Amino acid sequence: MTFDEKYFDIGRLDRLSYRDTCVHHLDPRAKVIATMLFLITVISFPKYEVVALAPFFLFPVLLMTLGEIPVRFIVKKVIAVSPFAIFIGIFNPFLDIRPVAVILGVPISGGWLSFLSIILKFALTVSAALLLIATTSFPGVCHALRRLGFPALFVSQLLFLYRYLFVLMEEAMRIIRAREMRSFGSRGTGVKVFVRLIGILFLRAVDRAERIYYAMLSRGFQGDIPDLKRSRIAFRDLGFMAMTIAFLAVFRFFPITERIGRVAQELFR
Amino acid sequence: MHMADALLSPAVGTTLWAGTAAVTGYASKKLKREIDDRMIPLMGVLGAFIFAAQMINFTIPGTGSSGHLGGGMILAILLGPHAAFLVMASVLTVQALFFADGGLLALGCNIWNLGVYPCYLVYSLIYKPWVGESKNPGRILVASIMSVVVALQLGAFSVVMETLLSGKSELPFSTFVLMMQPIHLAIGIVEGFVTAGVINYVRSARPEILESIAVSRPLGAEVSLKKVMMTFAVLAVITGGALSWFASTNPDGLEWSIEKVTGKGELPEQEHGIAAALKGFQEKTAFLPDYGFKPAGSESKKEDASPSWPGIEAGASVSGIIGAAIVLGTIVLIGMGIRVVRRRQG
Repeated sequence: MTFDEKYFDIGRLDRLSYRDTCVHHLDPRAKVIATMLFLITVISFPKYEVVALAPFFLFPVLLMTLGEIPVRFIVKKVIAVSPFAIFIGIFNPFLDIRPVAVILGVPISGGWLSFLSIILKFALTVSAALLLIATTSFPGVCHALRRLGFPALFVSQLLFLYRYLFVLMEEAMRIIRAREMRSFGSRGTGVKVFVRLIGILFLRAVDRAERIYYAMLSRGFQGDIPDLKRSRIAFRDLGFMAMTIAFLAVFRFFPITERIGRVAQELFR
Repeated sequence: MHMADALLSPAVGTTLWAGTAAVTGYASKKLKREIDDRMIPLMGVLGAFIFAAQMINFTIPGTGSSGHLGGGMILAILLGPHAAFLVMASVLTVQALFFADGGLLALGCNIWNLGVYPCYLVYSLIYKPWVGESKNPGRILVASIMSVVVALQLGAFSVVMETLLSGKSELPFSTFVLMMQPIHLAIGIVEGFVTAGVINYVRSARPEILESIAVSRPLGAEVSLKKVMMTFAVLAVITGGALSWFASTNPDGLEWSIEKVTGKGELPEQEHGIAAALKGFQEKTAFLPDYGFKPAGSESKKEDASPSWPGIEAGASVSGIIGAAIVLGTIVLIGMGIRVVRRRQG
């Protein structure tokens, strides 16, 4: 991914989070907790489980459609970060070659099942994390974390990081552009120039932090960024949580997918 | 080198989340007591700096491939361990949320691997005692390279341990270690050079900036020996548990991996120690595996007793595939239905 793409991707995810849908209106705390429960449930499936994971796609699909998040954008992002999981998982089919199933006369080894399981879990967990941001906004998640007991200092500087992410990334973009203008081929992309660039960027960042601090002091900063929105857990948030928990519990503890398959088999026999 | 959710088991993920949360709470508490407010914007902006700096690539000499900055060590040297740890934790949080690098459950592992090691262990045990207040560029260079290399080796080894303890990957221990450690040795050396270069450059260009940071940074920021020992104790428990697991399953790591590659060993002994504990945990989470959902005539398709063996026989697996196809089809239909209704309304 090139620099510009990465930059505009963050911006896009940020813009999506300011939409006006029923998913965006839910309390951030409810969404953070629901997402964490979803992740733990998906991860808790045993290594060879493939079939029972299918129903869990309902969660991201509902968030995506009700929250009006473009599907292709999320799918693209999931694929962009997949190499590590694939790289680690792809060894499974070669190392675990015990045949565990025969499907249409082709023996399937345990390794392929566990590899498929890793891929499905990967798609589910990554899309859930991306959708949390896309429907809640980063400051929303930060304030939710704060209310859920994260240290105020940590959350404050997380908010600062976010606020200045775009500023410093634009600065880095200008630096890269300037370097590209002046360098020909691989000239000027070595470690020596790189160290200088990083050093300059660092000095500018420190100067900027100083200016920000004085500007904030004159506006009454006391080491804390309070949340101006006084949101309260509403009935619909509780409803959302209850539905999520019920959904997760049912599909975690009962083999419903297989049961549906069996019924379908009986019907067409 | 980000750990991914899909490779984690809940036990490993939550353990490292707990560890990371404890360190974050400790660092916040420490900082709150000892610093002035100007550190908060500085930390935030430097977090954004790490992000921006990671986007600038450079050519690694002799190879033609490109690398970028990790940044944990630079922060630890310039800000001190507590502030640096919090900045690293936030950088990784933003990466997990916006780029889905790793994932939310794996965030605990990633902060541990890339934050705790450089900022607490390596900084206070290697860099700080070695360099101290010295301004000698040569000494800074050597100490930086050492520190970054050690921190990255610890991080890479932890990725291996976390993956193996989760038991989702079939990679044998020795192969995985041989894959991870050398590549991170190379990365560490390059990053060590960059770290030292940046520190020396900043020091020579604007020495007063470093001094002003040092003033606002808590004087007693150095981690006490007791704390370091405690961290080590935690580490020892983790690695000890892991190593004893490997020791109990196989006397020789290499033998084990060869056996696995040739597919001969069935590894029944794997049901020992931590693996068994994890399996037990999974068994407990699945306490209603087939309660009231078995059709009367399907006794033959009953699931295996072993939890790691889901009993995928020919018959059961076909109905499973049909079921999955129906469920996925329904989900797609639901999604498309909502889209269509929305568009009509809009």
